[in-house]
Amino acid sequence: MSDSSYFIDGNEAVSRAAIDCGCRFFAGYPITPATTIFHHMLTMLPSVGGICQQGEDEIASIGLCLGASMAGMKVMTATSGPGISLFSEQISFAIGGEIPIVIVDVQRLGPSTGSATKGADSDIQFLRWGNSGGLPVIVLAPVDAADCYNLTWQAFNLAELFRSPVFIASNKEIGMTRESVQTDHLTKPEPISRTLFDAGSPPALYEPFASPSGRKVPDFLPIGNTQLVRQTSSTHGPDGYITTDPEVIGKNIERLRDKLLDHREEYTVFETDRCPGAQTLIITYGISARAARESVARLREGSRSVNLLILKTLYPVPEELLGREIAAVSRVVVVEMNLGQYVEEIRRFAPDKTIDFIGTMNGELITPDEILEAF
Amino acid sequence: MTSLLNTSRPPIFCPGCSHDRVVHALDESFQQLGLEGHEIVIVTDIGCSGLFDTFFNTHALHGLHGRALTYATGIKLARPELTVVTIMGDGGLGIGGAHVLSACRKNLDITLLVLNNFNYGMTGGQCSATTPVEADTSSHFLGQLEAPLDICAVAAAAGTRWVKRCPASSGELPDVISDAIGYRGFALMDITGVCPGRFSKYNRRASSLITETSTDFSHIPPPADVPDGTPTERIPHNEYGEAYRLRSASADPLVPLTPVDSAHSTTLSRPFSILFLGAAGQRINTASEVLCLAAMLGGSRVTQKSDYPITVLRGHSISEVIISPEPIHFTGITTPDLIIALADEGITRRKKMFATLSSETSIIVPDHLELPETPAQIVRLPFKAHGIRSNQSALASLSVVAGKTEVLTEELLDRGARQRFKGALLADALSLLKRCSSIQATN
Repeated sequence: MSDSSYFIDGNEAVSRAAIDCGCRFFAGYPITPATTIFHHMLTMLPSVGGICQQGEDEIASIGLCLGASMAGMKVMTATSGPGISLFSEQISFAIGGEIPIVIVDVQRLGPSTGSATKGADSDIQFLRWGNSGGLPVIVLAPVDAADCYNLTWQAFNLAELFRSPVFIASNKEIGMTRESVQTDHLTKPEPISRTLFDAGSPPALYEPFASPSGRKVPDFLPIGNTQLVRQTSSTHGPDGYITTDPEVIGKNIERLRDKLLDHREEYTVFETDRCPGAQTLIITYGISARAARESVARLREGSRSVNLLILKTLYPVPEELLGREIAAVSRVVVVEMNLGQYVEEIRRFAPDKTIDFIGTMNGELITPDEILEAF
Repeated sequence: MTSLLNTSRPPIFCPGCSHDRVVHALDESFQQLGLEGHEIVIVTDIGCSGLFDTFFNTHALHGLHGRALTYATGIKLARPELTVVTIMGDGGLGIGGAHVLSACRKNLDITLLVLNNFNYGMTGGQCSATTPVEADTSSHFLGQLEAPLDICAVAAAAGTRWVKRCPASSGELPDVISDAIGYRGFALMDITGVCPGRFSKYNRRASSLITETSTDFSHIPPPADVPDGTPTERIPHNEYGEAYRLRSASADPLVPLTPVDSAHSTTLSRPFSILFLGAAGQRINTASEVLCLAAMLGGSRVTQKSDYPITVLRGHSISEVIISPEPIHFTGITTPDLIIALADEGITRRKKMFATLSSETSIIVPDHLELPETPAQIVRLPFKAHGIRSNQSALASLSVVAGKTEVLTEELLDRGARQRFKGALLADALSLLKRCSSIQATN
């Protein structure tokens, strides 16, 4: 059987996907273990007429991206936990201003500066809640280098479709681990671009935050268009001017929430592996999913029934999917490379089930043996 | 030309506020330059100066405190044809200091108007980075303990070629703003003015304080033509966007990913794990890559994890390679099948592991190195006697292993090296592999 594979790590896969699906602006500030994304983008973007910038800090890097996105470009930045901390205010701006951007977090062991070269899923709840206002965001979690490619492509499509920041929650153990990736495992769906406002004739007035009927996402025009565009980080009405009208404010903020939540099950990416008669379900994501797959294989070799759910869309929480999978079993084992973050989302769904948690934060991978100890 | 003022949203400043004069001066300047609204973007941040974008019929981006220059930079790079005017107060100047310095050094064609009224007006008159030490503010004595920032001097020192201070009350203001916008590069104007609601309330001598402060800065280089001998003279003068586009236009074509093609299925019967324990500079990563490529050419799946410190040419270098006939899930190695131990740095790092091994594990080690007590099978190699240098030992080890285990044949190693190296490096690698294939163990 012939076979064609690439030998790449997760960070290169992220970068390749960004270039392939039309990202033409990247700005970042070096930080291990995300730095190689910057270097890959710097190598590739000038070759395709794109722009790559090294910001003076993380705040500037994401700010440059937001400016370029408002000028109409597909943009991406990449960092690790300490950089996400600095991104925070700009992430809120991207949410409120509905500015499409892909933000890659190659997570490392926290807290704070932590360990530059050790992996962990340190930032899962931080990505969800690290913005003022508490509105939803999309967080995708790759398991391997192929996922890094496929989910980055997906992230751009979702960012453009919903005019929202989309996070890739990678991990040092994925971003900097090289592996063989079969060429046909990289999928290239049709790239989606934000819907442009059609002024018609005679040209209708462009209201930058007015959403067309039936949709909850405003049509886009770039800054620099012949029709004037307003963008603001302040509480605004459809016209992009500051408003104090509680009805307008409330409606707009609920729309920002609903535009993501209404369709969440449609863009939830996951893998399920069910076994007849199983009473236990392992739920996991990211790098730990790889240990879980091996544990499940070994359990089944020993004739033990167990179900596996690997979540690749962590936020918005896929409630229907979780409800369905959890209902089928009496016990859930949650595995994640931290001291318990996403497990809290699972607990909300299953007050009557046994929820066991396996997680460590010592810079080492959770091993299949450690998972098997719960069985 | 017609005014670009947004008549449905007239300026709403406190009576006597100097910002009001700047709004009209900026409008006059746009008219002088013959600009239309869609050719301009006004980028603002927080504070009273942050209201400016609402008073004009232009493109507008109002963002976070101190960050206006970051958005302006992104916009200007993406749309070089736009006239980008950034407006911030002395508050934004202080909080966004790093961005101001960066913009000065970068020389992208953006105009920055600093509306300097020497205090934080909107939040109640606290001291700012430019507050004179003699001034009273709602920050009480705090502002009197810090030296005020001379942004013009700082900007000039940071490489800005166009710097000018101009009072908001000056009749020349529209002309000066036009000059700043017309300058092809980063231009910074320090527009000094009175905050009647706050600063004047605390300081009866507000106007004279500001005037005195301004004259203190007389040593600032004049705009545009910076005289010989100033620090800015040594700074490249190209407009950044133009320079970037020029450089990137000569970029090499995009190199696509290189697939590794295997003509046949793997003959490997089970997963095999190899742990390299070495030191920086031993080309551990390169040898691991050759091994992985060889395995892929043989139709196997591979993963490779590295562990090394931030130092270059010092410290440990560890690589974990898994080669498998099936897709690899868990990328860690708990019990390696083969250890290639090449330096004390790597061995020490995994010292605890050696006692836990069994005779199922083989260890390849140059015969001059000591190993911790271990039940594993040890193969000692006389690398030094064969003149194998430290930075050749990783690749040399592969040559010794090839053909003696099902995971790596001599043919695949040769092909792996050919996939990894080109030219002289390939010739060196192939010659090393050939030389080492006959090395016999000393034990």
